[in-house]
Amino acid sequence: MTGAQFTLNDLRRILREAAGADEDVDLDGDIADVTFEDLGYDSLALLETGSRIEREYGLELDDDTITDAETPGALLKVVNERLVTAA
Amino acid sequence: MSVRTVVTGIGVTAPNGLGTDDYWTATREGVGGIGEITRFDASGYPSRLAGEVPGFVAKEYLPNRLIPQTDHMTRLALVAADWALADADVRPQEWSEFDMGVVTASSSGGFEFGQGELQNLWAKGGQYVSAYQSFAWFYAVNTGQISIRNGMRGPSGVVVSDQAGGLDAVAQARRLIRKGSRLIVTGGVDGSICPWGWVAQLAGGRLSTDDRPDRAYRPFAPDAAGHVPGEGGALLVLEDADVARERGAHVHGEIAGYGATFDPRPGSGRPPALERAIRVALADAGCEPGDIGVVFADAAAVPELDRQEADAIGAVFGPRGVPVTAPKTMTGRLYSGAASLDLVAALLSIRDGVIPPTTNVTPDPAYGLDLVVDAPRPAAIESALVIARGEGGFNSAMVVRRPRNNRAEGSQER
Repeated sequence: MTGAQFTLNDLRRILREAAGADEDVDLDGDIADVTFEDLGYDSLALLETGSRIEREYGLELDDDTITDAETPGALLKVVNERLVTAA
Repeated sequence: MSVRTVVTGIGVTAPNGLGTDDYWTATREGVGGIGEITRFDASGYPSRLAGEVPGFVAKEYLPNRLIPQTDHMTRLALVAADWALADADVRPQEWSEFDMGVVTASSSGGFEFGQGELQNLWAKGGQYVSAYQSFAWFYAVNTGQISIRNGMRGPSGVVVSDQAGGLDAVAQARRLIRKGSRLIVTGGVDGSICPWGWVAQLAGGRLSTDDRPDRAYRPFAPDAAGHVPGEGGALLVLEDADVARERGAHVHGEIAGYGATFDPRPGSGRPPALERAIRVALADAGCEPGDIGVVFADAAAVPELDRQEADAIGAVFGPRGVPVTAPKTMTGRLYSGAASLDLVAALLSIRDGVIPPTTNVTPDPAYGLDLVVDAPRPAAIESALVIARGEGGFNSAMVVRRPRNNRAEGSQER
């Protein structure tokens, strides 16, 4: 997976696999700057999501990195930075 | 004790019926739900039958956020809680969150979920273990998930005493009502029909190895040879009777009395303590033995335990002195789910004036029990006794009573 890009669609898929999606939320909408809290994800959902990102992309993210990212956009940014470093 | 505790809501997920109406229709008529295990390949195990809840598709009832984080038995519990609250006509969001609590019983936790994560751990490594393993396998998970889903933040807990837990949880809920909680969701929904759960139950030595669904679990039969496990159970909504009346709630009945004892150490020579639990429950309810219209037996189907239970019932009620039934022959033993489901059967027996049968059993006359077999028996019942024992020495007994001032159609004022 080295050199891969982590896209919003990748995150959407992993969120659904890891923690499902709230029926009141349109995960396919413009969610990059919506907080995870407003999307219905708690810290445990984000830990599980982070764990799946690590497995899939061969990264190590510490728990704070994941939970400090308050929005999908912020999480994309930090994951892609790590992907570049790893490459 | 001036506070009376009443049941205002019932939710059932049972092997012979999903939902209270399906369960009760089947149970009255003696229709069982025991069959070959479908939840895993049990062909290589000495016991291959179980009571599985039919037709349960979790996604039809629960938000998909809850699916990745819940064991099968927790999903059953969440749905049973939803149904109990709907039956009670309670919308939790309209209540103060600290006025409501949850007390459930558990015997094992979410073992199917836990087994999957342990397999991930050993086969793939720790990073493949779900973050939700942190609570999904745990004894207290049903209480926690029901609390979170319904915003119930008052006094809550979990009781672990095997089969007795289904009554012990309700008793704890009654204590909380007496201390001022307005509403407690309580009871048990259980199940661990997965290889990990199965080997643990096999090791207990009490499972029937008969492959015939109508022969495998026959308590009080001369050749009783163990039980069939099942999954599911019942959750109840309990309220202070005055609070229930103020809001015009329909009342199913009263939790009138409870007793719990613990057996003496094996080899002590002292008698088992079940009889005392029954007497304590009757005294707590202000009942004489003659006030009890039916006894729902624990029905272990292990000869020594059947003998102990028959002796206790005989000592309190006299030989063939009270109708006894064990509709759990239709569901299998549901562990912590069993006794709260029996409470439901008891309440509906009182409502409908009918005792559901113990199926598949021709009782050994030596037990001296008036066991209701083959067909439902009409009976005017004011109070019923439910008995539940947990492996390791737990004995519990609970009296439920016809509601007073019930505004339901056809009921009598007292």
